[in-house]
Amino acid sequence: MSSDRLPRLLALVPYLMSHPGAEVAEVARLFGLSEKQLIDDLQLVWMCGLPGHTPGDLIDVSWDGGEILIDNADTIARPLKLGVDEASALLVALRMLDELPEFQGRDVLGRVIAKLEQAAAEGTATISSQVHVELGAAPDAHAVITDATRRRRRLSLRYYVPGRDEITPREVDPLRVVLVDGRHYLEGWCYRAEAMRMFRIDRIVEVEVLDVPVDPPAEAEPMDVAEGVFRPSDRDELVELELTPAGRWVAEYYPCEEVTELGEGRLRVTLRARDQSWVVRLALRLGDSGQVVSPASLADQVAATAEEALANYAAAG
Amino acid sequence: MSRRKTERLLNLVICLLATHRPLSAEQIRHAVPGYDPDNDEAFQRMFERDKNELREIGIPIEVHKDPWEDDPGYRIPREAYELPEITLEPDEAAVLGLAAQVWQRASLADAAGGALLKLRAGGVRTDLAEGPLELRLHTRDPAFPTLWEAVRDRRVVTFDYRSAGSEAVLTRVVEPWGVVSRYGRWYVVGHDRDRDASRVFRLGRITGRVSPVGRPGAFTVPEGVDLRAMVGYPEQPVERVALVLVRQDTCQGLRHLARAVRTGSDGWDEAEVVFTDPERLAGWIASLGPHAKVVDPPDAREAVIRRLKGAQKKEALR
Repeated sequence: MSSDRLPRLLALVPYLMSHPGAEVAEVARLFGLSEKQLIDDLQLVWMCGLPGHTPGDLIDVSWDGGEILIDNADTIARPLKLGVDEASALLVALRMLDELPEFQGRDVLGRVIAKLEQAAAEGTATISSQVHVELGAAPDAHAVITDATRRRRRLSLRYYVPGRDEITPREVDPLRVVLVDGRHYLEGWCYRAEAMRMFRIDRIVEVEVLDVPVDPPAEAEPMDVAEGVFRPSDRDELVELELTPAGRWVAEYYPCEEVTELGEGRLRVTLRARDQSWVVRLALRLGDSGQVVSPASLADQVAATAEEALANYAAAG
Repeated sequence: MSRRKTERLLNLVICLLATHRPLSAEQIRHAVPGYDPDNDEAFQRMFERDKNELREIGIPIEVHKDPWEDDPGYRIPREAYELPEITLEPDEAAVLGLAAQVWQRASLADAAGGALLKLRAGGVRTDLAEGPLELRLHTRDPAFPTLWEAVRDRRVVTFDYRSAGSEAVLTRVVEPWGVVSRYGRWYVVGHDRDRDASRVFRLGRITGRVSPVGRPGAFTVPEGVDLRAMVGYPEQPVERVALVLVRQDTCQGLRHLARAVRTGSDGWDEAEVVFTDPERLAGWIASLGPHAKVVDPPDAREAVIRRLKGAQKKEALR
């Protein structure tokens, strides 16, 4: 952290100039510091100032009673312009938002982007446009669901579960609409599962907004999606697959517990499967580009199902 | 960085911002406490390092070469240093809050946080994201940070890469023009030096480290390059229609996506499914096992049979 200290001080001083009487605890939290570290920063600032360094040249800081007052720091009263990384992080995200139905026909993003580009170091606009995020069209239900979530209305869904190839009816109290890993999800309390669930919005076959206010139980807490949505449970069965180069997409697509290179582009992967029928479907889809190694019973089931399916083609000639 | 050094650098920034006239190194040596007053060489080395460190955190130091003077002069032009006055409307502050959380724990999160802090320090009102939307971009690919820096600094990179479905890993030397996330996956787009052509690489297929080679600013991105189009499909795929038989009361998902479903005979219904890539369609239909079969077109039908035979033969292969 010591190497970020100077940039931090160059933001801290302007913050204190524009927020006279700010409280030690609040400022420490905002800058991600302990109160002790913040005081140490203030003591350092207090030793600095204009050439000459007579008492009249030095920055004057006090924090009596936990309220910070700063004076004689006019030279660095404004923060530094946004760096390329800093401005780009925000600009890329803002341009991504532009793809959401929520922002169609609104000019707010354009206004913020223009202001940020002006606040950034030279050349940032060009560099930031070299990072691009494409989301693909949001599913039709997205706008209705976002609106109902904002108005806190219960939803009645018909939801497709590919693992079981079923469309099931559900009543859900929507809590958030989440975009993660390029997909849109509705997160809410599912009364059928009596648990929090993430629903892929493109698999919602039908949605109806009920005239019922949401009333989720106290344990309905949104999950942390920073590491992805699909998190296998330790109770799920471990399945081992061998993949040819054409089947390597499995390792890119599903979180694997273990991935071993077998040479010539072949892979062995271990993943956790919530239900066996999902694995059978995956193995049938892979066909000649992958096979179940273990458990053996599952490999047998794949072969038997394939044989049954092939009989359809034989019968039809 | 030691406390004394931080103090010296902060004093140096204040000194160079406060001066209207460019200052020579010697003047700076006297004005800023902490520089060696006796050893000229030690001072020069330290001053060079200090200038570099300030530039690295984005502080613009101007160098003036006056023909009448032997030594160059230095100053920080205020207009290039300072964040301009910005006022955000309430709706603008709200979307900025939403944008700032997009990178949470991804590799640009610190940068987004730093930007927000500077804006707040400049008296800009920024709101925390409120409302039902939560947006996340991941950058779990270990190659992302290095590639972003290489794009930013226009540095050539080299990495080992396995093309889709390929057996071989090949070393690539690439001028990275940009990084693109498409439907949740990251790609780097650039000029492949060995192949002397533009190429797209998926970050997830880079094996091992990405190493920058050579100096920053080594190439220029050709004008009018459309990164987005390069990562997308090269041409509009042709849509075709397949006739698929599905067992009654099964294949709910397929029925929902089908263009039309008719009641057939012998316990089968007939579904018309629009597709572009016969292999993708075949993968989907094969996954449905005995509940579905492709009647037409023949290429999709053969592809399903091939996959099912592959799945059936597994016992023998083992």
